[in-house]
Amino acid sequence: MKVEAKPTQNTDMKPKTGADLLVQTLIEEKVETIFGYPGGAVLPIYDALYRAKDSFQHILTRHEQGAIHAAEGYARVSGKPGVVIATSGPGATNLITGIADAMMDSLPLVVFTGQVARGVIGTDAFQEADVMGLTTPITKQNYQVQSISDLPRIVKEAFHIASTGRPGPVVVDIPKDISANPCEDTYDNSFHLPGYQPTTKPSPLQIKKLSDAIAKSEKPIILAGAGVLFAKATENLIGFAEKHDLPVTTTLLGLGSFPGNHKLSLGMAGMHGTYTANMALYECDLLINIGARFDDRLTGNLQHFAPNATVAHIDIDPAEIGKNVSTQIPIVADANEALIQLVNHAKESPNHYEWHNTLNARKVDYPLWYNNPQSEMIPQWVMEAVHKVTKGEAIITTDVGQHQMWAAQYYTFNKPNRWVTSGGLGTMGFGFPAAIGAQLAEPDSTVVAVVGDGGFQMTLQELSVLQERGLPVKVIIVNNGALGMVRQWQESFYDKRYSESLLSVQPDFVKLADSYDIKGMKIETQEDLINVLPEVFAYDGPMVLDCRVLQQENVYPMIAPGKGLHEMIGVKP
Amino acid sequence: MKRIITAVVQNRSGVLNRVTGLMQKRQFNIDSISVGRTESDGISKMTLVVDVEDNQKLEQLTKQLNKQIDVLKVSDITDKAIVARELALIKVVSTSQLRSEIQGIIEPFRASIIDVSKDSLAIQVTGKPDKIEALIDLLRPYGIKELARTGLTAFLRGHQPQASELASFSLLK
Ligand SMILES: Cc1ncc(C[n+]2csc(CCOP(=O)(O)OP(=O)(O)O)c2C)c(N)n1
Repeated sequence: MKVEAKPTQNTDMKPKTGADLLVQTLIEEKVETIFGYPGGAVLPIYDALYRAKDSFQHILTRHEQGAIHAAEGYARVSGKPGVVIATSGPGATNLITGIADAMMDSLPLVVFTGQVARGVIGTDAFQEADVMGLTTPITKQNYQVQSISDLPRIVKEAFHIASTGRPGPVVVDIPKDISANPCEDTYDNSFHLPGYQPTTKPSPLQIKKLSDAIAKSEKPIILAGAGVLFAKATENLIGFAEKHDLPVTTTLLGLGSFPGNHKLSLGMAGMHGTYTANMALYECDLLINIGARFDDRLTGNLQHFAPNATVAHIDIDPAEIGKNVSTQIPIVADANEALIQLVNHAKESPNHYEWHNTLNARKVDYPLWYNNPQSEMIPQWVMEAVHKVTKGEAIITTDVGQHQMWAAQYYTFNKPNRWVTSGGLGTMGFGFPAAIGAQLAEPDSTVVAVVGDGGFQMTLQELSVLQERGLPVKVIIVNNGALGMVRQWQESFYDKRYSESLLSVQPDFVKLADSYDIKGMKIETQEDLINVLPEVFAYDGPMVLDCRVLQQENVYPMIAPGKGLHEMIGVKP
Repeated sequence: MKRIITAVVQNRSGVLNRVTGLMQKRQFNIDSISVGRTESDGISKMTLVVDVEDNQKLEQLTKQLNKQIDVLKVSDITDKAIVARELALIKVVSTSQLRSEIQGIIEPFRASIIDVSKDSLAIQVTGKPDKIEALIDLLRPYGIKELARTGLTAFLRGHQPQASELASFSLLK
């Protein structure tokens, strides 16, 4: 028997539905790219998207996790909210990791989930999941739309909340009958959020306090975090640091907020940061934190964190100030606003000759280092080689593990928003889809996904998207045949008991790429890589490089768990 | 230390969940929580009694509450001049012979008997938590069959004395 699906109405005559209203609001919000995956509860939304085809590009990833990490990469690079659509139940639960990741790293996302119709919510209906309950602890705000007249206002609020103040993910859960039912053409979408008024202008009193502290300090240091990037404050940070002759270190997520090649740069701080940066944090008498949240991977053992310092902390989120490190000069503000005030504050500051001499000597004596037997592929060397061919200008996304730390250490970032990594949640599977989002945000930039052989296998299904969209992302698999970071910790702290961390079976990544009609290459020697890299980056299409690196290589230097900043191991002898 | 925190919130679905969820996530112990509408439309007020380790934790708690989009105002009113009340319903085992004895116990507390059955009495009492504790202690020997408490609700007195007069004022030890 042949069943013909007949449209019940002529599409042109269709009255406007909730889904059309949603689409109209997305257009008003200047959304250009949507990452998503359809399903029952969002069919009306996808139908409306079909009607509005010309207004957006919708990226159909092959898993909802791919969609949300791509949206995160897009948001990180473009500064605009990443937009995601998934269906109810499993579609929504597949987004959970990405929502939590965006929450930890303050990425602006607006996530739309389908929900079962209002009438059956709470009955364990087919593909029902309690999205509000599931996402409350991992969102900046979440909504379930209860009435169609609220929809445009909620969507506007969601974009506003996601992208202002300290950015973060906002979930909007839309019951199917809301998106399917006909509705009026427009509704009042004005909103008022009396409980949400982020402070962006710094208190003049605190600015003065900080200026006075700088004028007195002999060993000052700036710690720059991702807050500088969100505030687009790099230029003023450079101005401020230069004016007062202040050395600068960054967090993992703050890489690129201050040029890595600047003479005042000490490199990255934290667990795998530079010896110079960590010792400077340990010894400083004034610590100026700008937009970082004193994460434990940065501070090490808090007892030994900047023990002699006056701490100033500039953050747009007051709750971050004093959370982990007690702070004498709290400045609640947008980082750029605060920096403008600080630069304008005409206080003479002393030259910190001695301090700089100490730091510069350490930079020379204890740089990042690795042994480089030319006979082996050394992962750190791979990062340096990639830096060289891309002139340090590529957008680098990473997954989580050793390769992530090597990329952070050896791909020196001199510009903002070139670095996309999962810092707070440390989400394996993030790196490759994030590169898709990054490439869509900047089609003309070189985008490199640096991934481990473990993490790549968590989201590699998105190779379809590369192929389908012709995105010239270069995937570099730092293939050590192991869950390297786990293997390293087992080597160092568990007496080399390699419990479930060696990957003896792996796909042939070249054939795998080939099966998606993507160019793949296996690279086994340094010479191979040197020969092939120019060709790789000249090629205007996606590519997968399976780089077979030395398995035994470890990430150093390191602050072992429970240790202080001054107790780094693996420092250059 | 015990603190009384009030949070004025927008009466949206999910706000209670957000507040209690964040308390749990950040490991704050809630002693009691009471919620109800206020004089303004769409605005509710929560009164939380929490047990926090130190001032730094307390500051975190108020900041985290304030950070919630639907939370309009957070106040720690512990050290202010406040009126604070809780209501408790206490069902005690009681035969008719004991009734007048119990009546005598509860009278100074201005509690009242609100239900009587063959073998039990239900007593309603309102007051500060320590008063309620005291009554419960006195009734315990008779056998408490059931106990229900609303948790504390509170607001500032109309007149706030100067800081110096407040020195030794504390409702919760
Ligand atoms: C989703 C998820 N599961 C587990 C971990 C724990 N973990 C951290 S690093 C790591 C190893 C990653 O191995 P691989 O992707 O091969 O990268 P490598 O460390 O070898 O560079 C694991 C399992 C994680 N971060 N994320």
